[in-house]
Amino acid sequence: MKAALRLLAAVVLTAACAPARAELDTMAQRMRACETCHGDHGRATPDGYFPRIAGKPAGYLYAQLLDFRSGHRQHAQMAYLLDRQTPAYLMRMAAYFATLDLPYPAPPVPQAPPAVLARGAALVRDGDPGRILPACTDCHGAALTGLQPAVPGLLGLPQDYLAAQLGAWRSGTRKAREPDCMATIARRLDAGDIEAVSAWLAAQPLPRDAHAPAGEVHGTLHCGSLEPAR
Amino acid sequence: MTRSRVAAALLFALLGTAAVLFGDRPTGDSGDAPQIAADIADPVARGAYLALAANCRGCHTARGGAAYAGGRAIPTPFGTFYAPNITPDDDTGIGRWDADDFWRALHEGRDDDGDPLYPVFPYTHYTKLTRRDADAMFAYLRSLPAERRENRGHALRFPYDQRWMLAGWRALFFTPGVYAADADRDAQWNRGAYLVQGLGHCGACHEARNALGAIRSREHPAGGIVLDWYAPALDVAREAGLYDWTHEQAVALLRDGQANGASTLGPMAEVVHDSLQHLETEDLDAMVTYLQALPARDPAPSPPAPATDATIAASRERGGVLYRDHCADCHGRRAEGRPPAAPALVGNRALTMDNAVNPIRVVLYGGFAPGTHAVPEPFGMPPFSAELDDQQIADILNWLRRDSAAAAVRDYDVRRQRTGPLW
Repeated sequence: MKAALRLLAAVVLTAACAPARAELDTMAQRMRACETCHGDHGRATPDGYFPRIAGKPAGYLYAQLLDFRSGHRQHAQMAYLLDRQTPAYLMRMAAYFATLDLPYPAPPVPQAPPAVLARGAALVRDGDPGRILPACTDCHGAALTGLQPAVPGLLGLPQDYLAAQLGAWRSGTRKAREPDCMATIARRLDAGDIEAVSAWLAAQPLPRDAHAPAGEVHGTLHCGSLEPAR
Repeated sequence: MTRSRVAAALLFALLGTAAVLFGDRPTGDSGDAPQIAADIADPVARGAYLALAANCRGCHTARGGAAYAGGRAIPTPFGTFYAPNITPDDDTGIGRWDADDFWRALHEGRDDDGDPLYPVFPYTHYTKLTRRDADAMFAYLRSLPAERRENRGHALRFPYDQRWMLAGWRALFFTPGVYAADADRDAQWNRGAYLVQGLGHCGACHEARNALGAIRSREHPAGGIVLDWYAPALDVAREAGLYDWTHEQAVALLRDGQANGASTLGPMAEVVHDSLQHLETEDLDAMVTYLQALPARDPAPSPPAPATDATIAASRERGGVLYRDHCADCHGRRAEGRPPAAPALVGNRALTMDNAVNPIRVVLYGGFAPGTHAVPEPFGMPPFSAELDDQQIADILNWLRRDSAAAAVRDYDVRRQRTGPLW
């Protein structure tokens, strides 16, 4: 009788645990390691530095994961998390975050003076032909939500993050595959340009569909980052 | 500089002088060492397997750099070493070396000019390799594409930057000698000993080193701090000893990176990912046979549970609250674990070990278990370095360690781990 009861208890316990186990065996659970910095489901935190990763194009995200490992992007914590994983798993991580569709909160009220924001808006929309600066919209899409599969959207990102990335590109601590068109562009920006562009971009609300559409890059520069990441 | 450091440095200098005058001890040889990968006839292919088992590439490759072309920084208490280029480039690599030069490096710890090498290159272990294995490894390295990459000089503190003094260190701590089989043990044990003591150089991390960087197994056979992690002792059951594990569980830990509720993290995750998961089953079997047969050592009996003062009690209490807010969701309310996503923390050796460096680093920096053939998509622990402060992390660990005899964790223990490179 005792043995039968024990068996019954074991069966009940196993039945009770099995769904929990399966419930946990998901990509979402695996990616919780990303959420302390990138926010719930990768939607970015209010802290002002970490970028949103949800909904960015998979090709772009995958290339970033590889770049953290190769040192093209320098971030010790990211490299540490990614170093011992297979490329197939990194691809799956990228695909997982790319498919997430989460509402964006309203952007923060800009702190920059109107003149700075106006300069930012002009650079983003029209570039500066006199300095051979293309418009951001040439490559990042008319709505600035990026283009499939490899161009990231520029909206919904904290100003500090945007400014830090442009600065890193200008100084060479962030690199993309050669020819590195973004580095070429960033080197043509001065500190005032970076402040203006990042302030304006960070203040823009996102369109209802924030996903990167398929589309063509209109830039004249050749970009190695548009080739599929290997 | 502490007094023991000064004394160590003085001793180092004295011995250096003595040994320059009197020279090293002679080398030995042995013909009965186990044959690794004996079924691979081609020396280059055999050498590739041996280099994989020794994970030469791990130290000799910089982030994003060409394999084996050197440049990776290896921080040590003596300064930072930069691993050299070992591709066959004539000017910057070992292109001008012959098999004798390579043998001298592995077996005697000397470079092609006969100068002593720093033992950060684990020749204290490689000296056990047979000439046949060394030649195969050399043949493999010769087959690699020559990469031109200038070596970077080591950045060592005085007096460790005085390379001539190594002669003294060697006289004290290094005796060259190929592995001699133990006739009282079977072939599998001997194979394991050759792999663990020699090729795999496990002791380079898992045995404590003295103030001069020499492994001091006999007197202080605890694990050691290497690359900012604590490499637990392999012969202590409450550290990394595998005595209570089945043979299969132990093989799985080395091959898959996780087993029996334990995961490899930090530098050991790299060893599993880059090296151990690719080894033949018979080699993993042999290593486990050897490791499980190590004479178990009960280290200095666990200190009596420290009297709980009010500070520690308060820290634990805060820790319990923090645990529920930040950890319980994945690890369970009673830290019982929620497999497969999160391991149990109750009774987890990583937490109850006296040295708290590893759990501190796991909370600060998180980490995934290594992605391996058996576990290609491991779960990850989030980094909490931005979310929790030093005292909060200490509080959580003190709560988790409340039933063990392990010493209390202080905020400064956590702070110390917030700087330095990540491995």
